Amino acid sequence: MSDRILPPIAMLAELTHRCPLQCPYCSNPLELMKANREMDTAAWLDLFGQAADLGVLQVHLSGGEPTLRRDLEQIVAKLASRGMYSNLITAGIGIAEGRIAALAEAGLDHVQLSMQGARSETAELISNYKGALDRKMETARQVRAAGLPLTVNAPIHRHNIGEVEEFIELALALGAERLEIANVQYSGWALLNRSALMPSRAAIEREIETVEAARESLRGVLNIDFVPPDYFATYPKPCMGGWARDAFAVAPDGSVLPCHAAQTIPSLSFDRFGEHSLADIWADSSALNAFRGTDWMQEPCRGCERREIDWGGCRCQAMAIAGDPAATDPVCVRSPLHERVVATLEELQFAAARETADSASFSYRRIGGARN
Amino acid sequence: MLALQQKPVAAYQQRPVVTRRSRPVLPKHVRLRFDPVRQAWAVLAPERVLWPNEIGLDILRRCDGRTSVRAIIAALAIEYDGEEEEIAGDVLAFLQEWTDDLLVRLS
Repeated sequence: MSDRILPPIAMLAELTHRCPLQCPYCSNPLELMKANREMDTAAWLDLFGQAADLGVLQVHLSGGEPTLRRDLEQIVAKLASRGMYSNLITAGIGIAEGRIAALAEAGLDHVQLSMQGARSETAELISNYKGALDRKMETARQVRAAGLPLTVNAPIHRHNIGEVEEFIELALALGAERLEIANVQYSGWALLNRSALMPSRAAIEREIETVEAARESLRGVLNIDFVPPDYFATYPKPCMGGWARDAFAVAPDGSVLPCHAAQTIPSLSFDRFGEHSLADIWADSSALNAFRGTDWMQEPCRGCERREIDWGGCRCQAMAIAGDPAATDPVCVRSPLHERVVATLEELQFAAARETADSASFSYRRIGGARN
Repeated sequence: MLALQQKPVAAYQQRPVVTRRSRPVLPKHVRLRFDPVRQAWAVLAPERVLWPNEIGLDILRRCDGRTSVRAIIAALAIEYDGEEEEIAGDVLAFLQEWTDDLLVRLS
C-alpha cells in the first residue's frame, strides 16, 4: 500500500515555458510563466545535485523549449558529473550552429525531437511557425552528426493522424532509433482545443493497424512506442506509473509537481524548491501525498484488482471530466461517469466528420493566456 | 501493411540477428551503472531504466565489441558450471531481445 515512499527514478525538468512554437495541445499549463519567474542557474544545479542524492537516475530536460536556457550546457555537465542520464526534449527550432555538438561534448545522452507533422503544411498549421519542418530536419541531422541517439516524438491528433506512415519514413530517413506515436492527452491546452483535435474512430483504427505492422517489419531497426488514445481505451493509463511513486516534474519556478499537468487541480498547493529541500518535498509535500499509493481511492478503484496496475488513471482527467480529482478516471469502463466520455466522444465524432483544416479553430499556445 | 513507396524498408538497415560469431557491444548511450541508493546495477537507456538480473549483468559486462558470443557462452558455462548448449540458448535469446530493443549492437 502507501506506507513506504520509494526514491524517485526520473525527473522532468521544465526549464522554461518560453517556446518558439504555439502547438494547440501543449502540455504546459494555460497560465504560462514568463522568463522572470524561472529559477536561476545556481538553483537548478543545486536541485539536480539533490535529485542525484535522492536516487534520480534519469532527467528529461524539457520546457517550453529548453535550449532557450543559455545555461543548458552547464546543466547537462552537472547531470553527467553525477552519472544521471540526460534527455533533451526539444522542438529543434532556433538552435544556434554548434550548440548540439557542444551539448554532446558536455555529456548529453539522448535527444527527443518533436515533430508536429511529417508534411511541411501540417507542421506549419500545428506549430504556427513558418518552415518548422525544415528547421527540425536540420536539427535532426546535427543530432546524428554529433553522434547522439535520436527519438522522434509525434503527438497525434485529427490533423496528422493520416501521416503516421510518413512519420515512420521520416524517422528512418533521419536515422532515429525510436519513434513515439503519441496520441494527444486531453488536458491543459489540448483540452481547450479538444473539439479541433479529436480524431475519428476509423482513423484511430487505421493508425493502430499501421503501427502494429511497422513494429513487426522494423523490429531491431526502429523502436515504435505507441501512446494509445485515452478516450478510446477500456482502462485508463497508469499516469506517471502512479502519483509521486517514482517520478516527478519541476516547473520553471521550482514548483515540484507529481506530473506536468497537476496544476490543473485547484485544490492542490505545491512546494517550491529553494523554500524546502527536494528530499523534504518528496516526503512531505501535501500535493505529492494527496494521491500517493491507494488509500485515497474511492470505489470502484478501491476494491478493483487493477488498482496497482492503473493507479486510478489520470487525476487531471478525473478533475477535468468528473470535477473530482479523487474520482476514478472516467476513461475507465468501470467508472460511473464513463458514459460522459462516450457521449463526449460521440459529439466530437461529428466534429471530426465535418473536418476542415482551419487554423482559426485552434487556440494557439501563447504566454499571456488563451485566446482565439 | 506498411506502404513505403519511395523508400522500401529494405533500403534501411535490416534486423540484426545474433549468431555465435557476433561481437555484441553496448552503444555509448546505453550505460551500465551501479546505483548506490538502491544498491543495484541499472541500465540507463533512452526513456528507460532496466534492472537486469545477475546472469543478464554477466552477459552485458562482456558486451565490449571484442568478445564473441561464442566466448561469452564459454565463459558463462565455466562461471555457472553449466552445460554449454543450455547456456547458449539463454545467451542467444537474451542478446537477440536486447538487440531487437536496440540496447545492444552487433559487430
